Amino acid sequence: MNPKDLASPARNTWCPGCGNFSILNAVRSVLAEMDGQGYPVENTVLVAGIGCHAKIVDYLNVNSFYSIHGRTLPVATAIKVANPDLNVICFSGDGDSLAEGLDHLIFAAKRNIDVTLILHDNRVYGLTTGQYTPTSPQGFRGRSTPEGSVEPPMNPAALMLDAGATYIARGYSHGIEQLQRLIKEAVLHRGFSFLDVLQVCVSYNNLYESYNKWTYTVEGNDTSSHQEARKIIGSWNYDRSDAPIPLGCFYRAGSPRFDQYFSVVRPDRAERGRRIEVLLENFI
Amino acid sequence: MADVVDRANITDVNDMAEGFSVLIGGIAGDGINEAGLTVSRLFSSLGYNIFMYYDYPSLIRGGHNFSIVRASRSSIAAHSDRIDVMVALNQETVDRHRSRLKESSFILYDADKASLAETGLAGCGLAVSGILKEAGALPVMKNTCILGGFARAVGIDWAVLEAVLKKHIPKKLEQNLLVARRGYDQAGPFCSLPANGIKTGQQPEARGRREKERPLPIISGNQAIGLGLIAAGLGAYVAYPMTPSSSLLDFLARQAGWFGLKVIHPENEIAVMLMAQGFAYAGVKAAVGTSGGGFSLMVEGLSLSGMAEMPVVVVMAQRAGPSTGLPTYTAQSDLNFIASAGQGEFPRFVVAPGDAAQAYYWSGVALNLAWRYQIPSFILTDKTVSESQYSFDRGAAGEPGEVAPIIWDGRGEFLRYRFSESGVSPLAYPPVRGQAVKTDSYMHDEKGITTEDALLTRQMADKRLLKGRSLAAELEGYETVVSHHPSEASSGPGGDPGPGGGGGVKSSQWQPGRTALLCWGSNYGVCREAGQRLGLSVISVVVLVPFPERRLKGALQGVDRLIAVECNATGQLASMAESFGIPISERILKYDGRPFSIEDLLSELGRVLA
Repeated sequence: MNPKDLASPARNTWCPGCGNFSILNAVRSVLAEMDGQGYPVENTVLVAGIGCHAKIVDYLNVNSFYSIHGRTLPVATAIKVANPDLNVICFSGDGDSLAEGLDHLIFAAKRNIDVTLILHDNRVYGLTTGQYTPTSPQGFRGRSTPEGSVEPPMNPAALMLDAGATYIARGYSHGIEQLQRLIKEAVLHRGFSFLDVLQVCVSYNNLYESYNKWTYTVEGNDTSSHQEARKIIGSWNYDRSDAPIPLGCFYRAGSPRFDQYFSVVRPDRAERGRRIEVLLENFI
Repeated sequence: MADVVDRANITDVNDMAEGFSVLIGGIAGDGINEAGLTVSRLFSSLGYNIFMYYDYPSLIRGGHNFSIVRASRSSIAAHSDRIDVMVALNQETVDRHRSRLKESSFILYDADKASLAETGLAGCGLAVSGILKEAGALPVMKNTCILGGFARAVGIDWAVLEAVLKKHIPKKLEQNLLVARRGYDQAGPFCSLPANGIKTGQQPEARGRREKERPLPIISGNQAIGLGLIAAGLGAYVAYPMTPSSSLLDFLARQAGWFGLKVIHPENEIAVMLMAQGFAYAGVKAAVGTSGGGFSLMVEGLSLSGMAEMPVVVVMAQRAGPSTGLPTYTAQSDLNFIASAGQGEFPRFVVAPGDAAQAYYWSGVALNLAWRYQIPSFILTDKTVSESQYSFDRGAAGEPGEVAPIIWDGRGEFLRYRFSESGVSPLAYPPVRGQAVKTDSYMHDEKGITTEDALLTRQMADKRLLKGRSLAAELEGYETVVSHHPSEASSGPGGDPGPGGGGGVKSSQWQPGRTALLCWGSNYGVCREAGQRLGLSVISVVVLVPFPERRLKGALQGVDRLIAVECNATGQLASMAESFGIPISERILKYDGRPFSIEDLLSELGRVLA
C-alpha cells in the first residue's frame, strides 16, 4: 500500500513548519507498510483527543474516533476490549493527556492495556493560542501565566515507568526515520506503549534550536532494565533547555494485559433467555 | 414517629390487601437485608407477593438498619407503616419502631439484646446466645435462630423454613438448621401468642396460597434492570460504584461469565461514559450505571454520545441531593437534570420504571431504542426501585426482545453520518476492508470528517432532531403512560373508601374517577394502592422524554383535578406536565429521603382532599 492511499480529502490546517506533519507522515508510512505485513489497515483504529494533535485523524482515511479533550484512552481501552483483533492507536497532546486526562493515562499504564499512545508533546496549548502545559518549563510565559508559570514541569516518561507502561520511548519531530521506527515498535508492542514525541509548535513554543542542539539517541541501553530506564528518563526532566535530551526506546517489558481477561463467548439470544430463567430459579 | 401515631385512625392497609408486614431491625452489620430476604422467601414459598423496603444509613458497622417485608395476595410495590410482627435484634429496634405496632402486633426479639419490660408490648424473647453457645454456632447465626422463632410464631411449617435455609444459606447448613430448629422449638412453648394469633390467627398458608402456582423469584429493581438489559443483548457494563446503583455493578460483575458480559469498573465516571462509547463504536451494546454525582461527571461524555451518535444506556439511580446528600436514601429530584443534561441539543430517551416488572421490560426497550436511534437512553430509578425487593413475574413483565440496529448494506462508500428519512444512519463496525469508519465529536460531514460549514452544521442538527421525532413516533406504539381507573362496580377494596378510609375523608367530597393522581417511577406502587382505596384514578408517566403528551392527555380525559405525587421538593414532573398545558391542582411532595408508605400517602391525600 502506498502511504498516499491513506490520505483523506480533508484540508490540512496546521501551521507551516508544525511538528505534527512529521508525525502524520511517519504514521502514514508505518500503517501503509504494516498493511502488507499482516496488519491490514482496516484493523487499525485511531483515537484522538482535542487540540492541534487531534486533527491527524481527519487527515487519515483510516478508522477513527475523534473524541473529546483528554479522553482518548477510555475510548481506546473499550475498543480493544470489545475487539482484541483491532490495533488501537491514540494521539494525544500534553495538555490533553497530562492535564485533562491524566487519570486515564495512569490507569491505562497500570492496566497495561494493549494500546499505543503517541503524545504530541509541544509543551504548549496551541489551539487555544499559547498557555503553559504540564511539560512547559517553570517560568514559561504563556497567555495564562504572563509573569511566568510557577509550577515545575512533570516528566511523563518517569510517570509512565512508575505507573506500569511496558513500552516507553521518546522521539523528535525532526527525525522522521527514528520516529517511524519508534512508532512501529510501539504499535507492535503487546501492552501499553507510551511514545513521547517532542513535537515543535512553531507559533507558540519554537524549540527547534534547543532540540537540534541537545537531543541525542540512546544506544546500547538495556531496555529490559527498570533501573537503567529510570536513570535515562531521569537525566532530563523537561526543565532545562541547555542539557542533553535522550531519544529512543527506554523501556520494554512483557506483562499480563488488561484485554486478556474478558470473555469472548456470548450466549445467543435463545440461550440467554434460558440462562435468565436458570438464574431466576436461584432467587425463588 | 409522632406522625405515625397520628395516623392511627387510618384503616389497616394490610387487612385490606389481605397480607401483612414484618419489620426486622438491628445494627448495621447484623445482616438485616439478608434476614429480610429470608422472611420474604418464607412468605413467597407460601404463595404471597412480596415487597421489601430496606432502610440503612451510610456506614458499614453500627447504626440502625431495618427491613420492612410486606406480603400480599395481590401484586404490590409499596411498604406499610403498620407492622404485624416485629423481629428485633436489639433494643433500639423496639424503641424506634414501637409506634408502627398495632394492638394485635407481636414482637420476636433477642432476649440478650432487648427487653419488653415496662413496655406492655406482647412478644417472645429468645435466649439466642444460649442457643448458639449450646450448638457451638457462630455469632452470625443469630439471625437464623431468631428467624426459626419467627417462623414458628407466625405458623410457618418447619419444612418451609428448612427448604428456604437449605437453598439460600448453604454454608454451614447443619449448624444453621440446628439453631433455627432451636429457635423454632423455643418460640412454641415460650411464646404466649394473643388468643387470635397474629391478627388472623390463621396460618399464612391457609390465607394466601395461589393454587398450583410456583413461588415467584424475589429480585431487586437493579437486578431486574440487569436482566432486562441482558435480554435485549447487553454486551458490556461499565460503572464506578455509587449508591444506590452499585448493586447493579456487583450483580452484573458476578454474572459476567454466565452471560458473556464484559464488566469494567474503571478510574472514574468520566472514563465510564467514554468506555461505553468505545464499546459502541466497536459494535458492543454497553450500559453504564451511577447516581447523580457520578452522572455529573458523565455529562461531557453524554454530549459526545449525542454528537457522535453513539448509543449508550445510562442507569441513573437517584438519591437525595444536592451533592453527597443522603447517599442511602431516596429522591426523585434529578428528572430536570437528566432531561436536559449535556451542552447542545440532541435527542434522548428517558424511562422511569416503577417496579421490578417495569424495570425488566423497559430496560430492554431502552437498550433497543438506544441502538435503533443511536442515542443516549436513560433508565431513571431511585433508591426505592433500585434496592427494594419485589416478587418478579417474568411472564407478566413482558419480553423486550432484542431489536437489531440498522446496519450498513455494504454498498458504495460507507458514510457514518449518512442523511436518511428517519435521521438514522446505517452502522458499520471496524474492520471493513476498503472503508474507514469515522466518528467525530466536532461538527462533521456525512463521512465523519470535521467541518465548520454553515449548511452542514444546520443539516446535521436537523438530522439529530429528526431522530428524536422518529423515536417519538415509534413510542406511540408503547404504553408510555400507565393508567388505573376506579371500577364502576366499586368491588374490592378500591371502590369505597369506607368509614375511616383515607384518614376520615368522605367520598362525597370528590367524584371518583374525576380526581387523579399523577406520578412517576417508584411512586407508582403506592399511588396505585392509595388510588384503589380512595377511588381515585392513577396515572403514571413511564416514559418522560420524549414526553408522551398525546397519551397523557388521553389518559386525563374526564379528570378535572390532578394531584401530583413526587419525592422531590418542587414537583418536577408536575412542572413538566404544566409546560405541556396540563394543569396540576395540588402537589404532594416528600423530600425527607424516605419513600411514601401507604399510610403517608393516605394521610396526605386526606389533608388535600378534605
